Amino acid sequence: MKVKGSVFKYGENIDTDVIIPARFLTTADPELLKIHCMEDLDGEFIKKVRPGDIIVAGKNFGCGSSREHAPVAIKASGISCVIAEDFARIFYRNSINMGLPILECKEAYEGIDNGDEVEVDFEEGLIIDKTKDLVFKAKPFPPFIQNIIDAGGLVEYTKGNR
Amino acid sequence: MGMTMTQKILAYHAGLDNVSEGDLIEAGLDMVLGNDVTAPPAIDILNNMGGKVFDKDKVILVPDHFTPNKDIRSAELSKCMRCFAADNYIKHYYELGDEGHGIEHVIIPDNGLVFPGDAIIGADSHTCTYGAVGAFATGVGSTDLACAMASGKTWFKVPEAVKVVLKGKKNEYVTGKDIILHLIGLIGVDGALYRSIEFTGDGVHDLSMDDRLTICNMAIEAGGKNGIFPVDEVTLAYMDKVNPIRFTSGGYKAFVPDDDAVYSSTVEIDLSEVPLTVALPHLPSNTKRAEDVRDMKIDQVVIGSCTNGRISDIRMAASILKDRKVAHSVRCIIIPGSRKVYRTALEEGLISIFEKAGCVISTPTCGPCLGAHMGVLAGGERCVSTTNRNFVGRMGAKDSEVILSGVPVAASSAILGRVGTPKEVL
Repeated sequence: MKVKGSVFKYGENIDTDVIIPARFLTTADPELLKIHCMEDLDGEFIKKVRPGDIIVAGKNFGCGSSREHAPVAIKASGISCVIAEDFARIFYRNSINMGLPILECKEAYEGIDNGDEVEVDFEEGLIIDKTKDLVFKAKPFPPFIQNIIDAGGLVEYTKGNR
Repeated sequence: MGMTMTQKILAYHAGLDNVSEGDLIEAGLDMVLGNDVTAPPAIDILNNMGGKVFDKDKVILVPDHFTPNKDIRSAELSKCMRCFAADNYIKHYYELGDEGHGIEHVIIPDNGLVFPGDAIIGADSHTCTYGAVGAFATGVGSTDLACAMASGKTWFKVPEAVKVVLKGKKNEYVTGKDIILHLIGLIGVDGALYRSIEFTGDGVHDLSMDDRLTICNMAIEAGGKNGIFPVDEVTLAYMDKVNPIRFTSGGYKAFVPDDDAVYSSTVEIDLSEVPLTVALPHLPSNTKRAEDVRDMKIDQVVIGSCTNGRISDIRMAASILKDRKVAHSVRCIIIPGSRKVYRTALEEGLISIFEKAGCVISTPTCGPCLGAHMGVLAGGERCVSTTNRNFVGRMGAKDSEVILSGVPVAASSAILGRVGTPKEVL
């Protein structure tokens, strides 16, 4: 699978409170959550994001609360992939469970700029910056995690193992 | 190769003799937990899977985040959980006003539901609180909760650990909160990412169970998978108090790390050198000595939450606010963490002390901590809070500010109208 889009670049320690503020957690409806995605950090995000676009960020992306609403809101906004130096562990699990593609790549964070056109090849684990003509290699998932992704998320994986 | 305390608990629950860092294991769970924000999506997933609860006695459901419900949507969330609990005969569902109700991480240890050696997951990031009693406890999302409610199991990647050696004795008015803020200031908000934080050293024995609960509560704020304390005489006395039946029956297991356990890093903290500490906006790692930021004026003080809503916290707040007045420019909100804490505070005359000091007293709720209700901040306002996060917009407007502190600093600040310490008011 390949995805392609423009990059929204953010810094380090992007927490779940700015991804989707708790005041909006009275619903789990993706269509209602996405309206407020990144609202307190970047009010322009939801106006500008197009299907396929990509978030690139620094270390510890998704730190804070366990709210699954965070990857749900990002996915519903049209974001096709989040690339970060690394992820907070609950966000990492939630993204895999929700089917939001995430990749760890420090070099991509350092090399890619806001607004760059980027293509991601998940099979090869390649992140290609078309604007700068640069290629980065993402850290592959452990096989066990890949099995959950291949099963279509944890729900399907659990069904298959019962 | 030796195992850490966490690794031993995980191995035990996976039915393995040995595990190593990076191993992927499936572990049986003693308890699974959800709240009014995270359980409803999990219930939807469970219903869609056609799944049933694996054990009605091992699921804990607590309405605490948006309760007493602030609007119709949040009332629907609580109703979803309430109906599910009734339909499935969930033993540990705590309704508002029930004897055991309160903020989840205050009541679960206090109701005797977690013991040394247990493995618990909760769809709330502060589930790591229960490491205080020598259990393995960590936060997950709603899908993991749904699958664990169905199977009684979940997968873990075995973590390595940061070893934190505590030495000496803390100074007066220094609490568990100062110790954990100090640690997060040292190692950063990702200083223990994917790892356990294992506390050890002679200084441990000087810490009350409430101090330990506060410290483990904020392990997540250093990125930790879990925080954990060794089981000692303080733990055993606590277990005997909260659940004498299970304690007497010996239905628990105290794990000790191997002498040759490998740690990714070691941090030493001399408790006598830990100052009264605050974390300035907008990261829990942005720590300063409270006395170095005394010029910061404030609009609100919140004393409560899963971090600092226990009876010792409320008693401490009352000891400072007794016969004093909250500054005219400050709203001081006191939130006992559970019905039991509230009642004890009432019986000991503490509620009256707060009322006379000009505080408002709330029913147990997470409310303001996450900017949900009961103390949301307007733009430009600043709050000293005993809660656990000070991210942008956490307690309200995106240009509001939260300064994290322990109870003594928060109560003193309420009197002073700015960040301050007990020695300025006592």
